Amino acid sequence: MKVLMTEYLRIDLDAENWECRVCDHVIGSARGNYKEGLLVYNRDPADIHPHVIDPEKYRFTFCPDKDWVNILEFYCPDCGTQVEVEYAMPGHEPLYDMEVDVDALKEQWSHREELTEASVGPNVKTERHQHNH
Amino acid sequence: MNNKVNAEAVLEDQELIAKFLKETTLFLGPDPEIMQSHDIMPITDHEVECLEKYTDSHQMASIRDRMQSACDESYEMLEQMGAAPGAKWGDVITGIYSASGDLTIGSAGGVLVFSVLVHHPIKFIIKNWINEPTVGVRQGDGFIHNDSRYGNIHNTDQSMIMPIFHEGKLVCWVASTVHEGENGAIEPGGMPSMAESPFDEGLKMSPFRVVENYEIKKDILTFLQNSVREPKLQYEDMKVKLYACMRLEKRINEILSTDGPGAITACLRSTNDNVMTEVRRRITEWPDMTVRTYGTMDGTLRENALIKVNCTLTKKGNRLIFDFTGSSPEISNRAINTALPGAKGMVSQVFLNHIWPDMPRGQACFAPIEFITPPCSVVNASVDAPNSQSLMAIFLSFAVAQQAVAKFLYSVPVKYTRVIAPWYNMISTFIWGGVSQHGEMLGNLCADLNGMGGGARMDMDGEHSLAPIFAAMADIGEQEMNEEDVPFLQLVSKKMTRNTQAPGKYRGGMGYTQIVATKDSDMWGFMTTCVGSKAPSIQGLFGGYACGTYPLCKVEDVDVYDVMLKEPEKFKHSIEETMNEQPYEDAKYTTHHMGLGFSISNRGELYMISQGSGGGYGDPLERDPFLVIKDIEENLITPDWARKLYHVAFDDETLIIDEKATDKLRADYREQRKRQGLPYAEFVKKHVKSEPPKDIPFYGSWNSDMSVVYAGSNDDKRDPQNPGPIYFAHPKDVENVKLEAELESVRKEAGIPPRDNRK
Ligand SMILES: [Zn+2]
Repeated sequence: MKVLMTEYLRIDLDAENWECRVCDHVIGSARGNYKEGLLVYNRDPADIHPHVIDPEKYRFTFCPDKDWVNILEFYCPDCGTQVEVEYAMPGHEPLYDMEVDVDALKEQWSHREELTEASVGPNVKTERHQHNH
Repeated sequence: MNNKVNAEAVLEDQELIAKFLKETTLFLGPDPEIMQSHDIMPITDHEVECLEKYTDSHQMASIRDRMQSACDESYEMLEQMGAAPGAKWGDVITGIYSASGDLTIGSAGGVLVFSVLVHHPIKFIIKNWINEPTVGVRQGDGFIHNDSRYGNIHNTDQSMIMPIFHEGKLVCWVASTVHEGENGAIEPGGMPSMAESPFDEGLKMSPFRVVENYEIKKDILTFLQNSVREPKLQYEDMKVKLYACMRLEKRINEILSTDGPGAITACLRSTNDNVMTEVRRRITEWPDMTVRTYGTMDGTLRENALIKVNCTLTKKGNRLIFDFTGSSPEISNRAINTALPGAKGMVSQVFLNHIWPDMPRGQACFAPIEFITPPCSVVNASVDAPNSQSLMAIFLSFAVAQQAVAKFLYSVPVKYTRVIAPWYNMISTFIWGGVSQHGEMLGNLCADLNGMGGGARMDMDGEHSLAPIFAAMADIGEQEMNEEDVPFLQLVSKKMTRNTQAPGKYRGGMGYTQIVATKDSDMWGFMTTCVGSKAPSIQGLFGGYACGTYPLCKVEDVDVYDVMLKEPEKFKHSIEETMNEQPYEDAKYTTHHMGLGFSISNRGELYMISQGSGGGYGDPLERDPFLVIKDIEENLITPDWARKLYHVAFDDETLIIDEKATDKLRADYREQRKRQGLPYAEFVKKHVKSEPPKDIPFYGSWNSDMSVVYAGSNDDKRDPQNPGPIYFAHPKDVENVKLEAELESVRKEAGIPPRDNRK
């Protein structure tokens, strides 16, 4: 059985591995940090958050200060999907963000049906062109 | 002597000592026992009896519904009659509390943060005033409170608390709380960022009686009015809160006459117990896991500094534990610290608003969730630290909690809401004060802070300017109506700054730009209180980006009202055009961090801010190209940035998408990522440092080492459990030192002797 853990990651409970949901690539042991199986790129904030006002004239420009924050992009090494982004202090280690108790996960899902799509929760939007009279 | 006599003697001694200590207590300060707990009080014998006697669930449900509608009715009264801007848009709670002081049923709308932190002052009254011969608690009493070290979010919030009796016996409590704003602090509006100690924060009302026999005591009222900038508001809203309590009392009396006091007690207790059982059941459905995240404040509102809020969230079985160990120590003379209830309240908002919005508003929803915070930290400040801008610490707590929780929710089969990226978390608005065009002294804020952008969701974009993070629903007020009372105009509003949304498969919702200028007053000023001008204040989710950063922009030495009369075409409707084109000759254009201390503004000078975006969700390469084009059409993003961020091919003129070319661009970019990304181990080796960056004043733990916290420099490491004081110099003194050194070297170079050599 496989458990969908994030938009791009799932855990294969039998093999006890993290897998990429886009290309099925095996990223690493589910008992470890999935980031260790990914590629990391230190992105210049100005590539994502443009200087809306002229950086030659102004100190604060809508673009984060790259001496104060780094944008770490984590990619699947097989399909290049951007699995996670972490805004990190420069030089700070990336976080071991999801440390899963695999045995508990196995026990929990032994009582559940496998899901191939994540549930999204109740729909609160009303249909357009609906006749309410 | 036998043992029994001995034991009795010991007991007698203990009682004597306790009595002696009680009688000789010189000061009843904030009570840590009350303030550190957010749990429901232990069940009393009387509650057990009532639960045994009243077992009809229909009766309980009926009483609960009647109490809920009583809360919503009194909430409506506060909103309609309250004079404070906060009252008008729902920064309010009314509630019914158990005899032990637990908030059990609260009003459904407005600021949900209140649900878990308005009970502390009632517990203080129960513990200290009921049996105090000089105070006591009687029918018709009303107690006032605002000191955040005794409860509530911050000192702007004033509560009116009323005990409800039946035949001389206390049945329950009711209370109404409003964000009043003005409270006589060092800056107008009640949330001074300049406060350097609790004594700069204005009124410090521990719970005390201001109402007897349902009437406000005029002597005390006069004292309170003399202590604030808005004396009429103080009186008006005390009356409004009192009448809201009296309406609640009336409704409870109706229930007393139909069902009796025992049924009310049973209903309150069973509501709390049932909600806690359901919360534990829902937690059990989450995966057992530890999730780690942190956020940073990039300033103190006075100066830039990097202040960490660290969160480790662990779920095991039916336990959920928020651990904020590793967060920055409290800053002894900066206002950004929060008392512990504020941090808890804001995290409870994540649950009440974004995860389980179907749960009743009350303490029980959050009571089973555990909280670990280091003492004397920004998220659990001591009573000696100022906390009037606790919003900074609590909004960061919200952001990290929201991000952490999303990582638990994704796999859960039964969800109550969408998985969502962090909401934008700063109150980008103008706090204002001074003398109005009608000659009245005022101090408060623009309700526009409620237009925060929502985080992107797992299946759709974030909503623009939807709601503040601290309320499910809140109004932004009628600007035209406001302008009748305050001497400034919002020249630009409800317009979004381009290219500033958080990108992702689904992008964050955007907040709006506000450009204001003072008009009919010579004594009027503004302040702004946000972090996030150098480093974003939130994170994105699952491959989506965070928001960018948002500055304060000013144009001085201009009167735009003159410009509008003489050369109206010169006026620009965006920050981008105004700052880049500099249309007004001889004017001064400057940018600042968003911690503007209160400053007087001249007629026609522009103060310009932009609210931020909620976080993005998912890989931008997966964004539907049609949504990208829609954003271009709506002027949220420019075509060049759409291409750069989303790798979409389209015709510049017609905006028609070339799907094949788009697929190719995206496939190529995936290959580029694989080339530019480093294997994790290699990246860590190259990038990770054992200490924080040397030239940035950093506060908090570094990497995964929680055994020390840094306090501004790499030489200053502190014990996280006992960090000791941290004092910041006045930013002007810091600047002066620099200038003096510069002056000295210039004088030396020019051969000019110093002005005075003596020390
Ligand atoms: Zn992949």
